[in-house]
Amino acid sequence: MATVSLENINKVYENGFHAVKDLSVDIAEGEFMILVGPSGCGKSTALRMIAGLEDITSGILRIGGKEANDETPKERDIAMVFQNYALYPHMTVAENIGFALKLRKTPKEELNAKVKEAADILGLTEWLDRKPGQLSGGQRQRVAMGRAIVREPSVFLMDEPLSNLDAKLRVQMRAEVSRIQRRIGVATVYVTHDQVEAMTMGDRVTVLRDGILQQCDTPQNLYDNPDNVFVAAFIGSPSQNLYDAALTEGARSIKLGSQEIPLPEAVRQKRPGLASYAGKDVVVGMRPEHLPAAKPGDTGPTLVGDVDLIEALGSEQVVHFTIDAHRVIAEGALEKDEAEAVGAGEGVSRVDAKYPVKVGDRVTFAIDIEDMQFFDTQTGLAIRG
Amino acid sequence: MRNRKRVGWHKYINGVTIATLVTAIFVLLPLYWLVASSFKSPNDVGNSPPQLFPNPISGANYSNAFVGYDFGIYFRNSIIVTLCTTALVLVLGTLAGYALGRLPMRGKFTTLVVLLIISVFPAVAVLAPLYLLMREIGWLNSYQGLILPYTAFNLPFAIWILRNYMLGIPKEMEETGRIDGASPLRTVWTIILPQALPGVFTAGIFCFTACWTEFLMALTFNDANNYRTIPVGIAEFGGNFQVPYGTIFAASVVAVVPIGILVFIFRKFVISGLTSGAVKG
Repeated sequence: MATVSLENINKVYENGFHAVKDLSVDIAEGEFMILVGPSGCGKSTALRMIAGLEDITSGILRIGGKEANDETPKERDIAMVFQNYALYPHMTVAENIGFALKLRKTPKEELNAKVKEAADILGLTEWLDRKPGQLSGGQRQRVAMGRAIVREPSVFLMDEPLSNLDAKLRVQMRAEVSRIQRRIGVATVYVTHDQVEAMTMGDRVTVLRDGILQQCDTPQNLYDNPDNVFVAAFIGSPSQNLYDAALTEGARSIKLGSQEIPLPEAVRQKRPGLASYAGKDVVVGMRPEHLPAAKPGDTGPTLVGDVDLIEALGSEQVVHFTIDAHRVIAEGALEKDEAEAVGAGEGVSRVDAKYPVKVGDRVTFAIDIEDMQFFDTQTGLAIRG
Repeated sequence: MRNRKRVGWHKYINGVTIATLVTAIFVLLPLYWLVASSFKSPNDVGNSPPQLFPNPISGANYSNAFVGYDFGIYFRNSIIVTLCTTALVLVLGTLAGYALGRLPMRGKFTTLVVLLIISVFPAVAVLAPLYLLMREIGWLNSYQGLILPYTAFNLPFAIWILRNYMLGIPKEMEETGRIDGASPLRTVWTIILPQALPGVFTAGIFCFTACWTEFLMALTFNDANNYRTIPVGIAEFGGNFQVPYGTIFAASVVAVVPIGILVFIFRKFVISGLTSGAVKG
């Protein structure tokens, strides 16, 4: 049975803004569910509706099988971690963690034992007498977690809890939060705009855009089989290369700008839907790692591009190149500045660190054609079956 | 040689230090004169040339204020009126400030503008009607006759200070309180109020000082000796043919002490209270 179930949930604000549209998602017991999307996509609103901090305009929210639309936050048996932690600055760490239990009139011995247990799990034992102001960012984050786990709720809600931390600590805390969640085994809804967090932490990921559910699946499935152009562009870093292309008659090849790439029989069989697009325009997607530099003797399909920029990461090189095809930018998938910075025919490839390449070179990339993704130009939906 | 580094006490001599020193002397000299004169013997107060230091040091002015005049009664009256007003203003101001700062309400802006207008309204304009009103309901020469108008005049400013302070507290504080299961009143009391304490102290000190030094209403409404407050009491020291400066100085020193103590104790809070909202975080 789902611990949390959202059924056609809508949120319309007083000013008419429709923040969440017909959202339906089930979160199983112990599952780590991520809500991800660009800012303003309605993910925080959805979370706040689950918490009871926002009214639900229409639809049914069930927590533990029970309809919770009209329940107060207290009655919903949830715990929430906020982006800014919202620790009570005038209380010590122990008082912060134990506050909810104190309100429930938990006996003092039991309260102390539970606070101590939570502090043990989070490595906060030696800080229990400190005030939040005397703690580092990571420690405050853990106190916020402690405040949530001490209540033994049936659902954890987390609203971008790591976004106030610096990059290095964020990576550390990402693992920490995952570890704690697995250890406690409580269903968790975690909101983030960072797709790396979404990919690394979640059992499943729900992608939202403009309040509409785009796809809800495991991170790997989202990556390998995105349902539409938006998900394809949003998930993955560097972002997927998406180009306008045309399928030739019989779908035997695709025209990408002035280059023609043959489509082997295997690809057509894997995606029978392609047949109906023969002679029509499509959007093709290639992950940067599916576009390595061609080695001598490679016989598969290739793409030739002019190198504009090389980012040497040590383990690999991220090569930015240009071809004469039109680059597709899914609206909202990239930050505005980022989208503006992408050139007309720009693509990205992950190339072996030792491959000799410099800016201005014309490089031949080997296309991993089996992993190429196809989308409808009009609807943006993936072309599969 | 102009860039030679100054060493020892020379490094403290610069324009800023000198300007600060001059300002400090300018402000503190009258205060020094007040305190010094209060300890002179009554006959030495008006000496020419003036005595810079009291010689001999005498407590005669102080005993005169309390024994010769009814300064003790005035002091008690001032304490009662000021403390009651401050308490009322803080309770009402905190609740109103919380509502105006943090609750979703219609007409917030209008309310705040009206409050601002009231807070700059000259008291002298309503003095006559208030006097008639007080006479009508029999509140002349009573504590409540001062406490109520003082509260009305000090509340708007207190609400403004407290509202601004409350605005600076993140809204997640209440939300996390709600999730933890705290009732709205409990949230205000245990979560919001402790964080708004600097604002409360600031509003409290401003209100205390305003009531403690208020003269016009106190003179108009409470003329009977038993209900006079300090400012009125001191003003009416002496008689037709003499002004007992020494006694007035001594009484003034005693009158200044509570405010001095308050500001000294809460100075940190007052400074942070006044600057809150100026910078986020």
